[in-house]
Amino acid sequence: MARKSTTRRVVVSTIGAWFFGFLIFFPILWMVLASFKTELEAFAIPPSFLFFHWTTENYATVQERSDYVLHAMNSIIIAGGSTLIALLIAIPAAWSMAFSPTKRTKDILLWMLSTKMMPPVGVLVPIYLIYKSFGLLDSRIGLVFILCLGNLPIVIWMLFTYFKEIPRDILEAARMDGATIGRELVYVLTPMAIPGLASTLLLNLILAWNEAFWTLNLSTSNAAPLTTFIASYSSPEGLFWAKLSAASTLAIAPILVLGWFSQKQLVRGLTFGAVK
Amino acid sequence: MGQITLQGVQKSFGPVHIIKGADLDIADGSFVVFVGPSGCGKTTLLRLIAGLEDVTGGAILIDGKNVVDTPPAKRGLSMVFQSYALYPHMSVRGNIGFGLKMAGLAKDEINRKVEAAAATLNLTPYLERKPRELSGGQRQRVAIGRAIVREPKAFLFDEPLSNLDAALRVQMRIEVTRLQKQLGTTAIYVTHDQVEAMTMADKIVVLNGGKIEQYGSPLQLYERPANLFVAGFIGSPKMNFVTGESAAQKGAATIGVRPEHLKIERDGGGGWQGTIAVAEHLGSDTFLYVDAGPLGMLTARYIGELSLHAGDRVSLVPDPARIHRFDQSGNALRN
Repeated sequence: MARKSTTRRVVVSTIGAWFFGFLIFFPILWMVLASFKTELEAFAIPPSFLFFHWTTENYATVQERSDYVLHAMNSIIIAGGSTLIALLIAIPAAWSMAFSPTKRTKDILLWMLSTKMMPPVGVLVPIYLIYKSFGLLDSRIGLVFILCLGNLPIVIWMLFTYFKEIPRDILEAARMDGATIGRELVYVLTPMAIPGLASTLLLNLILAWNEAFWTLNLSTSNAAPLTTFIASYSSPEGLFWAKLSAASTLAIAPILVLGWFSQKQLVRGLTFGAVK
Repeated sequence: MGQITLQGVQKSFGPVHIIKGADLDIADGSFVVFVGPSGCGKTTLLRLIAGLEDVTGGAILIDGKNVVDTPPAKRGLSMVFQSYALYPHMSVRGNIGFGLKMAGLAKDEINRKVEAAAATLNLTPYLERKPRELSGGQRQRVAIGRAIVREPKAFLFDEPLSNLDAALRVQMRIEVTRLQKQLGTTAIYVTHDQVEAMTMADKIVVLNGGKIEQYGSPLQLYERPANLFVAGFIGSPKMNFVTGESAAQKGAATIGVRPEHLKIERDGGGGWQGTIAVAEHLGSDTFLYVDAGPLGMLTARYIGELSLHAGDRVSLVPDPARIHRFDQSGNALRN
C-alpha cells in the first residue's frame, strides 16, 4: 500500500530531517563559532551562541605560530598519493575478483576486510620500529605507504561492488563485437565504472585526509599533515579552545569544500546498487 | 557463408555434464531454433558456438574451419542477448556502430552502415538517444541492429524476446523472421517457447538434459516426433498419452493422440468415455479437459464453439491415422 503523503506528514518529516541534520552539523558549527571567539569566551559558561565579540585574532595567531601551507601540502600529498596508489592496486585486484572469481574470492575479500577489524594500535609498536629502522619516520613516503595500506581493503571492496554491478552480458557483447581486452577496458568498462571510481576516490581522499592515528604517531614536523597541526594546539601548555578551533577549521576547510562540490557523486556512490 | 557444424560437442562444469555430445549440421542461410525446458543446455550450446564458453570436447566448424580455439571476436558471429546488453553510455548510433569501430572501419563508412541498419529497423529518429531513453521494443531493435550491421556469418539469438510483453513479442517475432529471410544469414535462436520455435524455425533442435532429442522441421516434429519427450514438448495443448490396454491393442507401450485429433461425441459413441472437468470456450476453439477414469485426464480440442459444459459426459474417438505409438523406452515406433 502506498503511504499517503499528507501535508502534515510532509511538514513533520521536514522538521525532523532538519532537526537531525542540524544536530549532526552542530559540532562543526560550534567549532567554527568558537574559532571567532576570544579564548575567554570560548569556554565561558553559559556559552554565548552568536552574541560575542567576533574576532579573527585566533587565525592570525595560528598563522604566526605554525606553517599552515606546509601542513596543507603534506595533507594533499599524503591523502592524494595514498589514494592514487591504492586505486592503482585496487582496480586490477577488484577487477579480477569481480570478473573471474574463483572459489576463494569470497575468502580473500573477507580476509582483506578482517585487517580493518584489528585496532591499528595493536601493530603500532612493530610498525614504528620498522619505520625507524628504514628511516621512514616523519617522511611523506612512509605516511603515503601506511595510509594506502590502511585504506586498500575498503577501496578494493568498494570497487569490487561497483564492478560486480556491471552486467556480464555487456562485456560479452563487447567481446562478440570484436573488442580485445584492452579495448573492452577503454571503451566499455571504464566509462561504465567512472561514477564508482569517482566516489571511491573521493571517499578515500576524505578518509586519508582525516586519518589521525598513524599520521600523529609516525610524523612530527617535516611530514606532518593537518591532523598533527590541529593536535599541536591541544598540547602541554593547556587547552586553547579558540585557537584549536581556528586550526581545525583551517584543516577541514579544503576537504569540506571538496565534499560540498562532490556531494552528489558521494551520495550516489555510497548508495550505489542499493536501489535497482 | 555461414555453415555451422557441431561434432560431438561436450561441455562440463566440473563434474556436471551440461552438454553430453551434440552433433548438428546447420545449413547456410537457415533459421535454426534450439528449444527445450529450462536447464536443458540450449543457452550453453549457443554460448559454446559463440565462443563465450570453451568446449570440453568435440569440434565446432564454421564454414569447415574448426573454431574451438578461436576467440569469440574472430568467429565472425554476432549475438543478441536476452538482456539486450546495450552499452548504457553510448548512443544508439554508438551501440550499433561499436563492432564496426572495433573492426577499424572509416568513420563515414560506419555512419553509412549504421544509418542503413537503423533505417531497416525504424530506428532512425532515435540514433542520438541513449538506451535508457528507449522502450523495451526499441532497445531490442538496437540489439538486433548491432548484430546485423556487421554482416556476420551467423546471428545468435539468446531468448531475445522473453523480456517483451506478449503483443510486442508476436510483432518482433515476425520482424526477426522477415529480416532473417531478407538478409539470408544463418540464424541460431534459443527459446523455451515452443510457439516461437514452431513459427520461426526452418529447423528445430529439441534439447533435453544436455542431449539433442530430435532435429527436424517444425512439421516433422509435430507429425513424426522421435520419442515421448518431443511428442509431449511440441504442440499445445500437450499430446495425450495413454498406456495399458488401449496401447497394447495398437502394439505399443504408450500411444499418443494430440487434442486436435480427438473427435468429440456425445456420450454413447465409441472411443474413450469420460466426464468433462473443465471446458474452456475461446470462441475460435473449445478445449475440453476430460476425466476419463482409468485413462487419466485427456485434453480435446474442437475448432470453433462447442456447447458442452463441465459435468457433461462425452466420448473421445482418436483419429486412427494420427495415433503415435511408442515403445517401452519411449522411442517412436514406425509402421
